[in-house]
Amino acid sequence: MATQPTSPDAEERISVATQWQLMWWRFRKHALAKVGAIIVILFYTAALLAEFLAYSDPGFVEAQRSLLPPHGIQWIDEGKFAPFVYGLKGTRDPQTFKRVYVVDPTQKYPIVFFGEGFEWTLFGRTVNRHLIAVEGAPAEEVLFLLGTDTLGRDLWSRLMYGTRVSLFIGLLGVMISLFLGILMGGISGYYGGPIDTLIQRVIEIIRSIPTIPLWMALGAALPREWSVNQVYFAITIIISLIAWTELARVTRGRFLALREEDYVMAAELAGCSQMRIIFRHMVPSFLSHIIAATTLAIAAMIIAETSLSFLGLGLRPPAISWGVLLQDGQNVQALAISPWLIFPIIPVVVIILSLNFLGDGLRDAADPYG
Amino acid sequence: MLAYIIRRFLLAVITVWAITVLTFVIIQLPPGDFVSIYINSLQSSGSQVSFGQAEAMRAQYGLDQPMTIQYARWMGMMLQGDFGMALAWNKPVKEIIGDRLVLTMVVSISAIMLTWMIALPVGIYSAVRQYSFGDYAFTFIGFLGIAIPNFMLALILMYVGYKYFNMSIGGLFSPEFENAPWSLAKAGDLGKHLILPAVILGLAGTAQLIRIMRANLLDELRKPYVVTARAKGLAETRVILKYPVRAALNPFASTVGYYFPYVVSGSIIVSLVLGLPTVGPLLLTALVAQDMFLAGTIVLMLGILTVFGTFVSDLILMWIEPRMRMEG
Repeated sequence: MATQPTSPDAEERISVATQWQLMWWRFRKHALAKVGAIIVILFYTAALLAEFLAYSDPGFVEAQRSLLPPHGIQWIDEGKFAPFVYGLKGTRDPQTFKRVYVVDPTQKYPIVFFGEGFEWTLFGRTVNRHLIAVEGAPAEEVLFLLGTDTLGRDLWSRLMYGTRVSLFIGLLGVMISLFLGILMGGISGYYGGPIDTLIQRVIEIIRSIPTIPLWMALGAALPREWSVNQVYFAITIIISLIAWTELARVTRGRFLALREEDYVMAAELAGCSQMRIIFRHMVPSFLSHIIAATTLAIAAMIIAETSLSFLGLGLRPPAISWGVLLQDGQNVQALAISPWLIFPIIPVVVIILSLNFLGDGLRDAADPYG
Repeated sequence: MLAYIIRRFLLAVITVWAITVLTFVIIQLPPGDFVSIYINSLQSSGSQVSFGQAEAMRAQYGLDQPMTIQYARWMGMMLQGDFGMALAWNKPVKEIIGDRLVLTMVVSISAIMLTWMIALPVGIYSAVRQYSFGDYAFTFIGFLGIAIPNFMLALILMYVGYKYFNMSIGGLFSPEFENAPWSLAKAGDLGKHLILPAVILGLAGTAQLIRIMRANLLDELRKPYVVTARAKGLAETRVILKYPVRAALNPFASTVGYYFPYVVSGSIIVSLVLGLPTVGPLLLTALVAQDMFLAGTIVLMLGILTVFGTFVSDLILMWIEPRMRMEG
């Protein structure tokens, strides 16, 4: 049952509800899936607003500020709400020669919201507004919410840019996989017979090859002189070329099940063309399943990109992605000294968990008559 | 049944062939051929190679021939056990990867065994005690297992081990055994070091298998034959273990075929983080140095071993599952 009918009224409501309404009602009952959906939306919004949410130029290198620990905002100043940050002084530890930073309480820099910072372009116009900005000094010199990397670049700002790249590589890759998956799965499931067998064998072969070594080899083969964008698209294509099989499997399964339905036969008898049967009658009824499978596929894509870039075979600096950021934390000794470098793990885990919850909820809701 | 085995075997052969073609393409992908890379590496170490010598080498390796002939020659070399030279080591590829390949498989297979050993009882427990505290706890750990990519889990555990327990948890051998010949003590040492990589590699798979097992068993437990068995006065453990668990095992076993490539794949990246002496770190260095013969051979060998492992697990599955025997 989609929902529990409490009165004759409610029961009537269910019997006249459209498929999408039924799905929505069922989805709404899935608390975790709702939380997942909200987090996914927040993440993609953040990805779109990366420049605005960042406060420092992600490429701004300052050796004097390397490996600086996270340095938080003080919210209360002399009993009033007036956020500010203390200035920092960098010195060298005379024994270990490590850079150490001490807070300088005499220097206070007020934090302003929607203030001015580094310049970025919005629809061809140059703007310099940011969610958080500092007055009295460039943000690059005083504000370090998540600390800095070895080159003194601000981790928070880089994380915002990395979020955009990693999330959209997932989205773009899924579109390619979706196209391939629906095409191959559709052909396979609709026609059946030898074509079906052939496509199924190809899928089986692809699935029986360990993917990471293959991705690594293909990633390494990309020419070194390629631009950031070229590598971005190449990596997306490499990942999606292997990931389409799951979507094809789902599509084929639905096609096989639907082919036997009475309404498809009715449409055939009524003289509908094949294209019309597929797109008008069959696709709408399994679209929801595809959406659910797609959600789960995005998570897989994000993991794939992160893994590849982490190994140094995916996106390469100056591109910024979660995987590229995590590369700095590859070495245990480095991590022991500056544990904040591993922070990008948190958004990765949160988004994958959310996409999984959302996908599970959608999959349950996808079959409102079940 | 024989027809089924033959069909599986043929598919395995075709898959291996597809992998060889892919590997050949990978070897060919980087700009410049093997000889020019080889000459570059010679020149960087100071020796000079004349144009004539380069041409002679090209002819010797058949690089002046069309692609299909090159592929045939390469296959011929492979079949004779000649995998070419590893540039950076100046040794035959075969010598370098032998041990590491075995260790890769040891790590992967232990991860799978661990997965089964954990997923089976926990899956049964979660289904029988549905909505209990334990069930929720395992579901939660399971979700975390799915959401944390295994290399990140390795990173986190490495960090925790280093920072709070002041020990290095990487590697597969203690220093005193690293270069020692194989002995019982060394195998025992390996066993101790295997647990952590096996847990890291197996966690995601374990989580998924627990969920599958739980769902399957819940479906089975609601069926009338379970009620009948109870009504006849069978002991509860016997009611559950003898019939529903066996029936629920079927899809459980059939996922192993896809699970094996997944674990092998994961072992590569986890080995890199944990510094395990498997083919993982070797593959990365080979790829970065564009040593394509070494890299290609590793990809090929991993592929072949995976296909072989999948084939074997199919046979085991057929032995467990009578319905499979009837098919085909």
